[in-house]
Amino acid sequence: MANGILIVAEQRDGAFRKVSFEIASAARKLADEAGEEVSAVVLGSGVEGIAGELGKYGVDKVYLADDPVFEKYTTEAYAAAVTKLVKEKDPAILLLAASVDGKDLSSRLVGSLATGMATDCTELKLEGGKLIATRPVYAGKAFAEMEITGSPQMASLRPNVFPVVENAKAGAVEKFDAGVDASALKTKVADVSKDTSGKVELTEATIIVSGGRGMKGPENYQIIEELANVLGAAVGASRAAVDAGWRPQTDQVGQTGKVVSPNLYIACGISGAIQHLAGMGSSKYIVAINKDDEAPIFAKADYGIVDDLFKVIPEITTEVKKIL
Amino acid sequence: MNIVACVKQVPDTEALIKVKADGSGVEEGGIKWVMNPYDEYGVEEALKLKEKNGGEVTIVSVGPARALETIRTGLAMGAEKGIHISDPALDNADAYTTASALAAAIKELSPDIIFCGMRAIDDDAGQVGSVLAELLGLPSVTVVTKLEVEGSSAKATKAIEGGLVTYETSLPCVITAAKGLNEPRYASLPGIMKAKKKPVDVKDAAALGVSAEPKAKVARMTPPPERAPGKKIAGDEPAQKAAELVKLLREEAKVI
Ligand SMILES: Cc1cc2nc3c(=O)[nH]c(=O)nc-3n(C[C@H](O)[C@H](O)[C@H](O)COP(=O)(O)OP(=O)(O)OC[C@H]3O[C@@H](n4cnc5c(N)ncnc54)[C@H](O)[C@@H]3O)c2cc1C
Ligand SMILES: Nc1ncnc2c1ncn2[C@@H]1O[C@H](COP(=O)(O)O)[C@@H](O)[C@H]1O
Repeated sequence: MANGILIVAEQRDGAFRKVSFEIASAARKLADEAGEEVSAVVLGSGVEGIAGELGKYGVDKVYLADDPVFEKYTTEAYAAAVTKLVKEKDPAILLLAASVDGKDLSSRLVGSLATGMATDCTELKLEGGKLIATRPVYAGKAFAEMEITGSPQMASLRPNVFPVVENAKAGAVEKFDAGVDASALKTKVADVSKDTSGKVELTEATIIVSGGRGMKGPENYQIIEELANVLGAAVGASRAAVDAGWRPQTDQVGQTGKVVSPNLYIACGISGAIQHLAGMGSSKYIVAINKDDEAPIFAKADYGIVDDLFKVIPEITTEVKKIL
Repeated sequence: MNIVACVKQVPDTEALIKVKADGSGVEEGGIKWVMNPYDEYGVEEALKLKEKNGGEVTIVSVGPARALETIRTGLAMGAEKGIHISDPALDNADAYTTASALAAAIKELSPDIIFCGMRAIDDDAGQVGSVLAELLGLPSVTVVTKLEVEGSSAKATKAIEGGLVTYETSLPCVITAAKGLNEPRYASLPGIMKAKKKPVDVKDAAALGVSAEPKAKVARMTPPPERAPGKKIAGDEPAQKAAELVKLLREEAKVI
């Protein structure tokens, strides 16, 4: 590896997202194997104070562009800045988060850097000094080990998969001129509406309780919400529940919804259709609650309860309350 | 309006995917091929825009001979014409090569707006729309669930972690479609009949002047890792099963 590993560390509203530390840790591991450095790029407005935090997770050097133009994510401004830095520093490997903005940015960089990328990876390794990035394809029905022949070798990492490892390095912050002219940008943020309900975001949740058609109606999600509440979990849904109008589109897990990988996924009244499994198959532990003994979800579940969910879920809530 | 919708032919979501013994890819026998579900949202949005503002929708696809069926599906839904980029050299195309081929074909059309799907459900990459936009020097908004086009500008809304964001951008632009954008129409029988007579231009990589050399390739394909067989929790009473589950999650799995 010629010029080490560069990561794009994602922050929002002045705080790093956890996935940034996951990427830093993963990059550190690879860099140690190859005897290389890890650098990070941080874009934002008023984020100088946090940039150094990355050192704790193994980043040697942080390139910071602190400018109002980076206050909110826009494809154009962010892609222009990272493209410029990558062309200057010529890293061998470039890693980003497979978050919403990370996916948008990384794909645009594939174009501006004329290279290749493995999206939404679940494993990284080096073989003969080259990056091999493993990722689910065909909705998790197969896994592909990708090799990037372009430069840099790009990969985006699925959130919640790579462990955060503390490994203190200098994390020296160096400002760079991103050269972005705000007046020339074609796209601007017109509106941001934050979900202020305090709900845990699905793709970031460590526990998800999900309900499907077996919930019978929107009013019954109450029992799911209660269990989620005691567990500090996010609430998900199958497409059947979303299409019936019981839950918002943003709750849908699966091939045409969100891909999640929590530590624990509790599927309630969900049959386990292949398109649903595509969204939650990489969860560390899966629990299925279904009254149909033959439901395909049981083939994927670590723990299964064959029973009426309306009777079981409130009991689980009661049990959890006893211990937490 | 001059509108382009990029469509990819992919295995049906129900398709059984079997990895070839040598790990070089997946077996294609027995697969039912369909239009990528996200591309259906793109085509639908293209048709709606045309119906509102007048103009023409062109369906563009890179793929082998069979991909023509998917272009015809788009024509049957109501698009005017198709471009089929067909070349065995593009069989292992990655996002960059695919987008290069699409860009070369689309450039000549000078479209006002280009639709892609947010992701193809075979390679699950979600790259081509953004790369295409970059190569054409156009702005892009990805994973869009709501779109309003007014004159020469567009407002596109997408879900981000913990909220929604709306971008305002200028036309021409690239939009990648997500579920929620619309309800795709089905091709009607008369639509299917008419589609057979609509023009489809066939081009190869050389004619478009693009290199077929990919920047990313699959070194090996493997079946998904097996999950260890799980256990069903025995018991007569829901309360008893619930207690056992919570115990296992706490003590064995250590996830709560
Ligand atoms: C192109 C395409 C994309 C798709 N994308 C997605 C996607 O992203 N996400 C997704 O989820 N689906 C997706 N689907 C749909 C998918 O095929 C299934 O239809 C859907 O997942 C079924 O949802 P479900 O499991 O909630 O419903 P069902 O399959 O109807 O299952 C309901 C389950 O609830 C159980 N049940 C009923 N009552 C009770 C009770 N009282 N107690 C316990 N159990 C009970 C039943 O035994 C049954 O197993 C997609 C389909 C297609 C074609
Ligand atoms: N071979 C192709 N032909 C036409 N459009 C494509 C092709 N591959 C990808 N696309 C478009 O780009 C989107 C994202 O694809 P991908 O980057 O492969 O996940 C798809 O939904 C299509 O709209």
